[in-house]
Amino acid sequence: MAAVAQLDPMLPRPYSVAQVAKENADTFTLMLQPSDGAAADSFAPGQFSMLWIFGVGELPISISGNPVDRDRLVYTVRSVGQATSSLVSRGVGDAVGVRGPFGRGWPAQQAEGRDVVVVAGGIGLAPLRPLIYEVLHHRDKYGRLVLLYGARSPRDVLFRKELAGWARQHDTQVLVTVDYGGLSWRGHVGVVTTLFKHARLEPARSVAFACGPEIMMRFVARDLGTRGFARENIYLSMERNMKCAVGFCGHCQYGPHFICKDGPVFSYERMRSLLEKYEL
Amino acid sequence: METLERIIAEHPFFAGLESYYTNLLTGCASNVRFDAGTYIFKEGEEANEFYLIRAGKVALEIFAPQRKPIMLGTLSDGEILGWSWLLPPYLWRFHAHALQPVRAIALDGKCLRNKCEQNHDLGYEVMKRFAHIMEQRLDATRLQLLDIYADGKH
Repeated sequence: MAAVAQLDPMLPRPYSVAQVAKENADTFTLMLQPSDGAAADSFAPGQFSMLWIFGVGELPISISGNPVDRDRLVYTVRSVGQATSSLVSRGVGDAVGVRGPFGRGWPAQQAEGRDVVVVAGGIGLAPLRPLIYEVLHHRDKYGRLVLLYGARSPRDVLFRKELAGWARQHDTQVLVTVDYGGLSWRGHVGVVTTLFKHARLEPARSVAFACGPEIMMRFVARDLGTRGFARENIYLSMERNMKCAVGFCGHCQYGPHFICKDGPVFSYERMRSLLEKYEL
Repeated sequence: METLERIIAEHPFFAGLESYYTNLLTGCASNVRFDAGTYIFKEGEEANEFYLIRAGKVALEIFAPQRKPIMLGTLSDGEILGWSWLLPPYLWRFHAHALQPVRAIALDGKCLRNKCEQNHDLGYEVMKRFAHIMEQRLDATRLQLLDIYADGKH
């Protein structure tokens, strides 16, 4: 079945839910394993899958797991509508169809020998997590790792234990901020761009990867540019309404690009003029 | 030993300022410390100074009736606290609450205003730096107002 699914990108491969972990009030991480007992599909950090919830529909979801883990595929999903709500309410053993992985992920090789600056907002940390695993797994290939993460409030912060673990890693700086802090929060309060002045950045020898709401990425890319990052060294993960995921249907067309096939990761150099257009 | 003038000159806010001006500023400066939990200033009080934060974390808070204080933002090492001293009516608009022990340089607002009036080149240097900070914070506030993580798409 896996072989057939690989030949036909429109055919989902059967997986089953191995585990569901609650990250916060409305965000869950699902671990899926192939129903046939074979290895899970390999993927590159930043790629996404189409997850088929039988009787409900299909959703594009970024892979949030570790690329070296070949037993399962991991997805972190925020429940915001009928389909995502149905997906996160799957129980252990329930079937989910998986198409993909699709798209061009984070160009990690471009950051080899250089500092890696990761800027995440909200659930945008999930598509960046595989890149962080990649950098930490091949630590000697990269320079410093700087992770700047913004969430809406302290209770919305994802992967808390991992953030703390990453912060203890050699040559790694992790800064977390929230837009709205409660009185018990002792961390940083302010939007994610306010973290730049506290980060140890060396723009000339760094590559930046950002994921989050589009307007956040616009502000982030602009600020990074002001700080001396070249546009071609800033990468953004874009999101549009992906349906076929292979560039046939046109649902995710964004200017001259198909987000599913040409992206979802693009350089800011390629995206800048589109990001500044109204109603695109 | 670190002199006040050197500390001011090395603070990011005054980066690149000529020594002649840092010397003028030093005449208005003093070293201050605040324990964690104390209020550095409160809304409505006279704004007679501003602070170059050397170490520690400060929360800017606002109160609304029948609500808990709302934390609008935090400031820490290398940032500046307060610009109400710069413009009439010279009253603080927010509370500043030390979340951690804070070490800072306080610059006397009246003293600095007088020096800026007497020396417009110094005034221009100070205003340029405050305008930049105001622009950055306005930008951040706009982004914060959009509540960008509310719809949760991804």
